[in-house]
Amino acid sequence: MEERIEAVIEDRREPKEAGGAKHPNTCPGCGSHYRDDELEATLRVCPQCGHHFPVRARERIAQLADGGTFVEADAELRSADPLAFFDLKAYTERLAQAEMATGLGDAIVAGGASVERRACELAVMDFAFMGGSMGSAVGEKVARACERAAERRVPLVAVTASGGARMQEGILSLMQLPKTVVSVDLLREARAPFVVVMTHPTTAGVLASFASLGDVIVAEPGALIAFTGPRVVQQTTREKLPDDFGLAESNLRFGHVDAIVRRADLRPYLGRLLALFVDGPDGG
Amino acid sequence: MAAEPTEPTGPEVEQLRLRERLAKLRSLRLLGGVGVARELERLERQIEKIAAEPSADEVWHSVELARHEDRPYTLDYVERMCDDFVELRGDRTFEDNRAVVAGLARFRGRTVALVGHQKGRTLEERYERSFGMPYPEGYRKAMRAMELADRHGFPLLTLVDTPGAYPGVRAEQHGQGGWIARCQLAMAGLEIPTVACVIGEGGSGGAVAIAIADRVLMQENAIYSVISPEGCAAILWRDASEAKKAAAAFKPDARHCLELGVIDGIVAEPEGGAHEDHDAAATLLADGLEAALGEVSGLDAGERRRDRRGRFRAMGVFSG
Repeated sequence: MEERIEAVIEDRREPKEAGGAKHPNTCPGCGSHYRDDELEATLRVCPQCGHHFPVRARERIAQLADGGTFVEADAELRSADPLAFFDLKAYTERLAQAEMATGLGDAIVAGGASVERRACELAVMDFAFMGGSMGSAVGEKVARACERAAERRVPLVAVTASGGARMQEGILSLMQLPKTVVSVDLLREARAPFVVVMTHPTTAGVLASFASLGDVIVAEPGALIAFTGPRVVQQTTREKLPDDFGLAESNLRFGHVDAIVRRADLRPYLGRLLALFVDGPDGG
Repeated sequence: MAAEPTEPTGPEVEQLRLRERLAKLRSLRLLGGVGVARELERLERQIEKIAAEPSADEVWHSVELARHEDRPYTLDYVERMCDDFVELRGDRTFEDNRAVVAGLARFRGRTVALVGHQKGRTLEERYERSFGMPYPEGYRKAMRAMELADRHGFPLLTLVDTPGAYPGVRAEQHGQGGWIARCQLAMAGLEIPTVACVIGEGGSGGAVAIAIADRVLMQENAIYSVISPEGCAAILWRDASEAKKAAAAFKPDARHCLELGVIDGIVAEPEGGAHEDHDAAATLLADGLEAALGEVSGLDAGERRRDRRGRFRAMGVFSG
């Protein structure tokens, strides 16, 4: 599904006159261009227009976790290839290429950390790994993050970025929806808080499972948050789409997220929220 | 190290299951009807065939039969399987989404709650039921029926038959993804015995939303998949007409789903497919649902919920 979502992003954001692929550090909002270190210093937000560039999982963890507190879990976990899936390329080859390109074992990095001095579990998705698609490895890591949080009775903070379930794993990728859902059920039973940060894009199978089950759900500005993306809706129904179709701002208006939080405000926001949850009715 | 599936799978196990089903069919008191007798013979033949991997053509044949326009839909089965059915309509918030039907039914002598996707037969009815593709209101209606059943201790049967959740502007504005997630969560938490059966198209999130059951079955020619063959082909092959190739690659047919541990059993269909004989198909389906319900009815509520959670927690194949 990742290819579909990429097409969607292009449709929505590429200025019409631009020919060919743009440099990833060129702002699709205003056309400003930045060096990588400049963007890193601004948390990958365009200083000109406020556009939020995508953030890789490890960089996001560095942005959110207190220095040196993140301890990664399940780093060795890899998806298998139960269907021996082959489209234009073998799935095993796609996995190997994605790992080479991203330095990640799959589309999520998870582990224990503290955020503004509050202990929690973090699970951060990475769109650069096969469009953040959810297969067996992603589902398992989400499930284990829920279990660790439930056992430690600490909050789970999930940062999502995904085109949906990973087609190459067939029906087993669909089964990651209920797998993560029952894991959140366990988290709820243990009364561990669950906070979800939806970033661009959070769609399809991830939106239709754990991502939508946060006790508190916030979104980054301009993020596409939709079960079905605009291109498919347009093609299937021939409906005229509103300009802000599926965007974070429209999701806020329709009541699906609690807040839109700019990236610079995200860490203090999470800090306040975790403090409220952790201190509890007795004031900690 | 791979994840342990909840149960052993593979052709041998499937053979065993089919044999068990055969034994059950044989022991039924009310076998009457030619279709069922023929069914026994055919099941026996099928056992021989099982060991062989389904070919691309066989997989595609399932896709075609699952979508056959004369295939029985949920209400066709309800009419034949249930002695009484009182439909419950509306989500008590916004509207009654007709792509989902819900109600209380008398099934083999007991009261059950029944929820299913519903496609239309005439052009008019297809529109009215949005081609069996639910809006969020449909999932909320399903959740209403689930909650009611749980409170009164009625077992829940769900019949899955949808190309997918409706891909439209209003559906998105009303929170399509969120309601699919919450419907799964609601079903996962039920204390009552629950059985789901995919009776046609088990299309993606729109299907799995009502399939978080203690036992999940598929009819012989049903399909269960993460995306439609056409959608998969359009994305991975960049050509929707490669649907047959895509289906062969992602294997949405019942036999593969059983092998992967996604379903617990296959419900036989009459010779040629369920569309050939609605009455016989309904009898076979009712037998399958009743048998599965019997398997999970003896457990206590907490145990059932733990097992159900464990069943879905174990889904997936990975290493490390």
